[in-house]
Amino acid sequence: MTSPLDRKIKITGPVVVTANRVADGVVVYRSPDGGWTTKLEAAAVATDAARARVMIAEATADDLRAVGPYIAPVELAEGGRVRPGNLRELIRLSGPTIDLPVTFGI
Amino acid sequence: MYIYDSIDRTFVTERVAEFRDQVARRLSGELTEDEFKPLRLMNGVYLQLHAYMLRIANPYGTLSSQQLRRLAHVARRYDRGYGHFTTRQNIQFHWIKLEEIPDALADLAEVGMHGMQTSGNNVRNLTTDQWAGVAPDEIEDPRIWAEIIRQHVTLHPEFSFMPRKFKICVGTAAHDRAALRIHDLAFRLHRNEAGEAGFEVMVGGGLGRTPFLAQTIRPFLKKRDLLSYVEAVLRTYNQFGRRDNIWKARIKILVHDLGAEAFAKEVEAEWQTIKDGPLALDSAAVAEIASRFVYPDYEALEDSPPAFTAARRADPQFDRWVDNAVNNHKKPGYAIVTISLKPEGGTPGDATAVQMDALADLADRYSFGEIRIGHEQNLALPHVAQRDLPAVWRALDALGLAIPNIGLVSDIIACPGLDYCSLANARSIPIAQEITRRFRDLDRQRELGRLHINISGCINACGHHHVGHIGILGVEKNGEEFYQITLGGKADDHAELGALIGPAVPYAKVADVVEDIAAAYLALRTSRDELFIDTLKRTGIEPFRDRIYAAH
Amino acid sequence: MPLIENGRIVEDRHVRVGPDDPIPERVPIIVPAQRFLAEADALIRRDGSLGIDWPNDRRVAELEPWLGHLALIALNFPKFKDGRAYSQARLLRESYGFGGTLRATGDVLRDQFHFLVRAGFDSFEVKKPADAAVFAEVLARYSVYYQPGADGRLPAARQRLQSDAAPKISEAV
Repeated sequence: MTSPLDRKIKITGPVVVTANRVADGVVVYRSPDGGWTTKLEAAAVATDAARARVMIAEATADDLRAVGPYIAPVELAEGGRVRPGNLRELIRLSGPTIDLPVTFGI
Repeated sequence: MYIYDSIDRTFVTERVAEFRDQVARRLSGELTEDEFKPLRLMNGVYLQLHAYMLRIANPYGTLSSQQLRRLAHVARRYDRGYGHFTTRQNIQFHWIKLEEIPDALADLAEVGMHGMQTSGNNVRNLTTDQWAGVAPDEIEDPRIWAEIIRQHVTLHPEFSFMPRKFKICVGTAAHDRAALRIHDLAFRLHRNEAGEAGFEVMVGGGLGRTPFLAQTIRPFLKKRDLLSYVEAVLRTYNQFGRRDNIWKARIKILVHDLGAEAFAKEVEAEWQTIKDGPLALDSAAVAEIASRFVYPDYEALEDSPPAFTAARRADPQFDRWVDNAVNNHKKPGYAIVTISLKPEGGTPGDATAVQMDALADLADRYSFGEIRIGHEQNLALPHVAQRDLPAVWRALDALGLAIPNIGLVSDIIACPGLDYCSLANARSIPIAQEITRRFRDLDRQRELGRLHINISGCINACGHHHVGHIGILGVEKNGEEFYQITLGGKADDHAELGALIGPAVPYAKVADVVEDIAAAYLALRTSRDELFIDTLKRTGIEPFRDRIYAAH
Repeated sequence: MPLIENGRIVEDRHVRVGPDDPIPERVPIIVPAQRFLAEADALIRRDGSLGIDWPNDRRVAELEPWLGHLALIALNFPKFKDGRAYSQARLLRESYGFGGTLRATGDVLRDQFHFLVRAGFDSFEVKKPADAAVFAEVLARYSVYYQPGADGRLPAARQRLQSDAAPKISEAV
């Protein structure tokens, strides 16, 4: 499997860097201050390959806090709101598209 | 079922302690993810889309009520109140936190459960037919042999870092209910002409990108030689399996590349040097393991007790359920009850903590405290007295677990798919849900008869789509979900891989296509007695293909 | 890279000799496999302990003619996930009865110590000093194993058969 650092990074639109938090697996996004946020709207958005490349390299080096970072497409809606750019990212953000089993009396 | 002794308990406890340390070192940064990942996989810890996933082993799908209750506890305490039963007789929790996994594993270790080797490049859960020990058509309980193998391959120093995963199955019934031929290594216990019981050895099965059915490399292996033979196969694989390409790393590729004969020669050469060594199984060693298998203290009962037959006559719903979900037991007066985890609109194989606790109670009351998990993602109560069937049915019905759809079109096998899994290309659960809604009418399901649908959300084929009567494989095309449909797969003694019927179908059309396939079957069959799979065999897939693609 | 033998960190007495280096007199040496095979007769007659680096993708059967002359065989884990050297080690110990030093080299990490020992290694070029420091502690993690291993511990099956009482069934799980 090619490291994100080696793979040629080509982006066709705005992207974020996303991963999962090490301690609990929660979905996180790389934020502009070099941290991680669970809020997509607070994620750092890259619009060119060079910037994306820097972000993914830094994210990958931050192995302590987040695992498995990769570049994910986003859509920039009206007013600059950031939305997931494909079904997989939508599911990661909002959860499974199905109802979880009903849990009576829990 | 197998009862842990102090050695088994000590072992799982020590394993938990080691993993607790490994997690701590990961969280402190002492271990990088690259170093930690194989270690967590060896304990069944995956990273999924939203969270970690913990897969717990249920060796040969046998659980005690106490263990099932503990699974319910884990679901409640560490997850979101439910678990998912898998196509390898395991259970998965989809919302687990890494930092809590050592505690969850400690809770499970107390009742002899663990996540060892449910992932990683080692030997995975040993599976058998879920009716092992109670089916009328088996020659002896295969689980004893599965347990012997299981212990041997657990934390085995030589076979913990193999090219890829390795799945072993032990079967023994006249009919293969365990899908032997899709395993890397399978043993079929049978009698030779001399009446001696031994194993047919099959190697090289596996689905995924390049599906293969296992080939017989030795028609008869003595019981005494079981472990040394396993060792020889694994050693051959560990040395010569490919490590350069993850898609070519399973033993099926090695067997295919060398040819079964050359592969067998390699194994036999190795085996000859070790067969009389410490791995030779003497009767004392076998008896030792067998001694920890406890069997119910069955009553001496008669078949078809009057209360039971009367209930069948009086209540058509009960009668329908018996017809569908209840099977003969080797002991007169007893029965095997299959519990459907395939409700309309539900996720195949999921059970809530509430259901698990209730099933544990039912098992205590009516099944000598024992439950089984089948690879088709249903459960079973293996020792129900026929006189208790009406009460069991009412209890299951109240839990939503008595749908008489076992083996029918809505008894779908599906992987979690893109709703959960980071490997997936497409969703599988909503596809299954829609199909169950289209076919909600039980009369219609019964009209169609035995019809197995298998759905996988990616080429890894965890839904075993290659061996479904109807196989559905999710793929991604230009950011959209599409599904390849295959027909004619079988997982039984006459195992076969399905054939593609045509171009991939978009998400919204899959249920329509399944309805067209069903309609085609009804139009083409010679009689009600000709099963879907047999009609297909007779006509070939062209008539089906024609009808489906004509409609679209 | 710390070397562990006999459960503790030791000085490596062996000199690793490259493909073209002169062979030093009398000191223990480790030579690459290719060189050994090309110069086997001379190396065996040399006065001094002889070791080789053997790659993990060649059969150890090739070494059979010379096992009596080799004091040390170093096997390799290019990545710790590549477990071929475990099979090589067991074959050397158990099929060929090799009694010399078996050294683990490459990506040798703490979490593989107990596998390595049980596969028959008795010398370890440990990648991280912090791992070397806890070698003994890590090995003490497990008190039972299911399989026979090179560490001499009685596997579970044998322990059970040896206990005087009938097999104990602890309270039902």
